[in-house]
Amino acid sequence: MFPTPIEKRSLPFNISYRVAVWIALILWLLPLIAVLLTSARSTADLNAGNYWGIPTQWMLVQNYEQVFTQTPMLRYLLNSIIITVPAVIGAVSLSTLAGYSLAKFKFRGRMGLFATFIAGNFVPFQILMIPVRDLTIHMGLYDTASGLILFHIAFQTGFCTLFMRNFIVGLPDELIEAARVEGVSEWKIFRHIVLPLVRPALAALAVLIFTFVWNDYFWALVLVQSDDVRPITAGIAALKGQWMASWQLISAGSIVAALPPVMLFFAMQRHFIAGLTLGATKG
Amino acid sequence: MQKLHRKQQQWMPIAFLAPAVILFSVYVIFPIVQSVWLSFYQWDGLGEKIFVGFGNYIELFQDDQFWTAFVNNIYWLIFFMLAPPIGLLLALFLNQKMMGIRFVKAMFFFPFVISQVVVGLVFSWFYDPSFGLFNKFIELFGFQPIAVLSDPNVVTFGIIAAGLWPQIAYCMILYLTGLNNLNPDQIEAARLDGAYGWKMLRHVILPQLKPATFIAIVVTVIGALRSFDLVATMTSGGPFGSSSVLAYFMYEQSIFNYRVGYGAAIATVLFLMMDIYIAYFLWRMLKSEKA
Repeated sequence: MFPTPIEKRSLPFNISYRVAVWIALILWLLPLIAVLLTSARSTADLNAGNYWGIPTQWMLVQNYEQVFTQTPMLRYLLNSIIITVPAVIGAVSLSTLAGYSLAKFKFRGRMGLFATFIAGNFVPFQILMIPVRDLTIHMGLYDTASGLILFHIAFQTGFCTLFMRNFIVGLPDELIEAARVEGVSEWKIFRHIVLPLVRPALAALAVLIFTFVWNDYFWALVLVQSDDVRPITAGIAALKGQWMASWQLISAGSIVAALPPVMLFFAMQRHFIAGLTLGATKG
Repeated sequence: MQKLHRKQQQWMPIAFLAPAVILFSVYVIFPIVQSVWLSFYQWDGLGEKIFVGFGNYIELFQDDQFWTAFVNNIYWLIFFMLAPPIGLLLALFLNQKMMGIRFVKAMFFFPFVISQVVVGLVFSWFYDPSFGLFNKFIELFGFQPIAVLSDPNVVTFGIIAAGLWPQIAYCMILYLTGLNNLNPDQIEAARLDGAYGWKMLRHVILPQLKPATFIAIVVTVIGALRSFDLVATMTSGGPFGSSSVLAYFMYEQSIFNYRVGYGAAIATVLFLMMDIYIAYFLWRMLKSEKA
């Protein structure tokens, strides 16, 4: 354990450490706390310049109600779900197959393929923008959820394949070999032996990709333009332009946009962090 | 039976790979080639493409806007490098056992989970010249209020600070995981030898945290070069293009100014910058794979 555990220190040290941790946390989250408080403020409060104190009037319910009834926020939220869920399922499925192939079969060029997936995952989006936009337009998928979903599946497959391949490579070969000797078909080996073993990795990956896709803003700008398809990130950015001065509504909208990945993170914290820190301990 | 098997073994890996490879080629690999090719043409996105050779690049290197965006990208790279050391400090600070520490760590990680668009909005509010917390804070120290997002001299640094917030959180989590996996025997042995504090950190802990540091630096560099969301939401590159970065400049030229070939040339420059790091990462990764 490093640094020295606080249990080994004096009582005053322990107390001041605990106090310091909570103060640091509040300072760290101060910008966010401010937004949270603002989402519960009234226009009167904002006009009177009460930006940082406790709201004199709690308008929490009214503000959020206004966001949902007077703006397309609900539609944006729904769009985000319609785009994100299939994209996660698609990317995770394709990459589990690909990762298994790269990890457990020996064939020429597999390292090259693996390297391509890794490299592709790091390229700047702008180098893909024009051709992907043209392709989407030519397929008649511009301004549709399918256009965005297809792109997200394809792009996330790079990271997912890296992730799944590194996980599967650690699984014991003996199980697979034994099944092969028994004459079990390759598909059944994948389905009944490999898949159950990778379940924890699937959960970690799915949570992570959900967050990546949900928070995407660039592709939502490039491949979509109408309110009917726009996901919440692009939606809230558009609303910011319209509501210049209504900070309480922009704040409430921001909180709504941030909530789904945050809830998912808290529900599946262990998986999320395991996924994100893959490779931080070895390599 | 055995024969059928060998056959299956030959085409199965290809079948497993095919869907991923096809989709990845169509949406990632092929577009890269196409963009580089497009960068040698003058094109408005609809009409005829006119071959101009290196024309776009020659114009680019004489374009003040390009150099502003390029220099800003360098600032992003330099100041983003604060994220790994600050993340390490936070991780060291929080690597203790006490009631509620899991919750505290999760809350510190929070900024990374939320969308950059929301981070941008949060910080626009934070920087607001008339009532933002930032100005309230510097007034305490007797400074004049600064309109961070409309002052060409400081705007980029303001956006970078906003970007550092989630990036530090990310690095912190990487280091917390690294600290969790330290070898306790080595630490005990070093303690017996009288190493503590800075000496211990420098000679015993940091070498063991090398994998975490490597990943932290890679994701930070990529994050710095990918910066788009914050610039787009906080300033749209303004005032007068002073906070633009290559990613945003490219988007602006291709979508708003219909200069698609020119945009492709900007993207290619950004891509080449990124390639240095991609190559380094691959080299490290494949080297450790062989070992």
